[in-house]
Amino acid sequence: MGRRVVATGRVSATGHRAAINPAFLARKLGGLVVTLFVTSFLVFSSLYLAPGDPVSFITKGRSPSPADVAAIRHQLGLDEPFLVRYWDWLTAMLRGDFGRSFQLHQDVVGVIGARLPVTLELVVMSALIIGIVGLGGGVLAALRRGRPSEGAILVGVTVGAALPSFVAAIVLLSVFSVRLGWFPTFGSGTGFFGTIYHLTLPAVALSITFIALVTRVTRSAMVDELRREHVEVALSRGIPRRTVIRRHVFRNALGPIMTISGLVAAGLLVSTSIVDTFFGLNGIGSLLVQSVNQHDFPVVQAITMLIVAVFVVVNTAVDIAYPLIDPRISAAESAR
Amino acid sequence: MSSVLVAAPVRSRLTRLRRLGGLLVVAAAVVLVVFVLMALFARWLAPYDPNAVDLSNTLAPPSSAHWLGTDEVGRDTLSRLIYGAQTSLIGPLAVVLIATILGTLTGLYAAWRGGVVDTLISRALDIVFAFPALLLAILVVAIYGKGLTAPVIAMALAYTPYTARLVRSLVLQEKTRPYVAAYRVQGFSGFFIAYRRVLANVSPTVLAQSTVSFGYALLDLAALSFLGFGVQPPTADWGSMVNNGEGAVLQGQPLSAIAPAIAIVVVVVAFNLVGESIGDRIAGRDR
Repeated sequence: MGRRVVATGRVSATGHRAAINPAFLARKLGGLVVTLFVTSFLVFSSLYLAPGDPVSFITKGRSPSPADVAAIRHQLGLDEPFLVRYWDWLTAMLRGDFGRSFQLHQDVVGVIGARLPVTLELVVMSALIIGIVGLGGGVLAALRRGRPSEGAILVGVTVGAALPSFVAAIVLLSVFSVRLGWFPTFGSGTGFFGTIYHLTLPAVALSITFIALVTRVTRSAMVDELRREHVEVALSRGIPRRTVIRRHVFRNALGPIMTISGLVAAGLLVSTSIVDTFFGLNGIGSLLVQSVNQHDFPVVQAITMLIVAVFVVVNTAVDIAYPLIDPRISAAESAR
Repeated sequence: MSSVLVAAPVRSRLTRLRRLGGLLVVAAAVVLVVFVLMALFARWLAPYDPNAVDLSNTLAPPSSAHWLGTDEVGRDTLSRLIYGAQTSLIGPLAVVLIATILGTLTGLYAAWRGGVVDTLISRALDIVFAFPALLLAILVVAIYGKGLTAPVIAMALAYTPYTARLVRSLVLQEKTRPYVAAYRVQGFSGFFIAYRRVLANVSPTVLAQSTVSFGYALLDLAALSFLGFGVQPPTADWGSMVNNGEGAVLQGQPLSAIAPAIAIVVVVVAFNLVGESIGDRIAGRDR
């Protein structure tokens, strides 16, 4: 994120264990809290501005008396001023209370909790696929510069980046489920192997765009590092090429690669709305789509907050972990 | 002399590769022109009415009458594909135009003013950046209902930080160039220098970024229509065509879903190739 690595001559490259600077940690965590606070305000006020009265969604199809409407409004706290309502909503959320679903008449936390396992399984499977194929492809492309294998990977990246998950899903479904009959077309399966079997096609469909992204970032980070002088110096000192690639090139390249993990995590969660719908999975994504269709605002608010929080928390975690991987960052930070 | 001889085969291979890449970019540009013409002249190009239902001829395989077959209610897939180019291209165009204008103005303003203004704008951009474009679009659908207008504006906001950050970093570099100081010495106003001269110098790079963004905006809007939140039936749109075709896929007649899916991928690849080529040209010119 616009981070400039300043290589200072003072830091020894080996045997330097970076400790996390407390001021740096406090600044990052402060940024996290501010971002989440502003986000919560945006999410709350955007739905406050929504045309239409929440009461009409709850009393849909019935004609309540004015007294009933007033009672519901009071029960929901709708008769309070905006800032009071926002404060109540925020403090309740901090206690883990996200309100009640209009449609399902259950606590939002329970509704989301019931859908979370499928989504977690899907996202973890996708993350593994993205990690293995994306990092592998990027490293391979960087080490095979100018050869046909690099060309093939780059063509794959160009097409993969343009392949939305619903297109990938329809191609996979039509080839592997309908034509070949290797995989089921519907549902999330039971048991460990049943789940993996059912979630393979959805996970692959979800992964393709992100594999392209990770491959491209990995390749360019590796190419940048391979060009650096320290690589040549290490090689000339007789260190085996394999060791130099692993310990000097890949380790340095890992920093820039890690900075996109927040983007990938949030993107995966949003894209489950497409994959869930397509493969009939009961995850967060299909819950989001249903809640939007049924004007179930508390659930939409909670899922939006969840996804933004994942993005911000992962990004902050990467920022905090960065100096541990690359001691030059903490040197640059403390030199400021 | 000998080094030139040794280098010759390597260089010829590189030029051949470059020529191949150049041909690819030309092909991508041609593809884009074809799709734009298709959208503009859909009324004359489409062999059938895109919404004409023919229940006696559903899920027909390709034939001389229906080159790409028909969908599950007997509508001509080719005609829907041609008409679908309209909605599928206008949405991303609006997103990219709004995002480019907003992003350029905020980025330029932040970099030119610097200080507290810059810090505040950058922090605000970071917060917008935390919302994935598709999530923001889904959120406004929850608020304002289905359709294209509100999601297009929401997505434009979500794309603004990308352009704004780019413009900000470019303008910060430009500010230190001697020509800016020269204009100042000559007494030109900051407004003139920023909007007439600096903007002109950074605009090619912004154009490259916007071209690539167009492809991503197309993907996001197609995903929105696929979910049933964007373009509403029966209007033809590539994203909703893929969604409608799911039943056809399960019945072994995937063409009505695969054809628009291929159109999406081809157009996005073409936009990315053209955008990257513009970017490469600018990088080459600066060197």
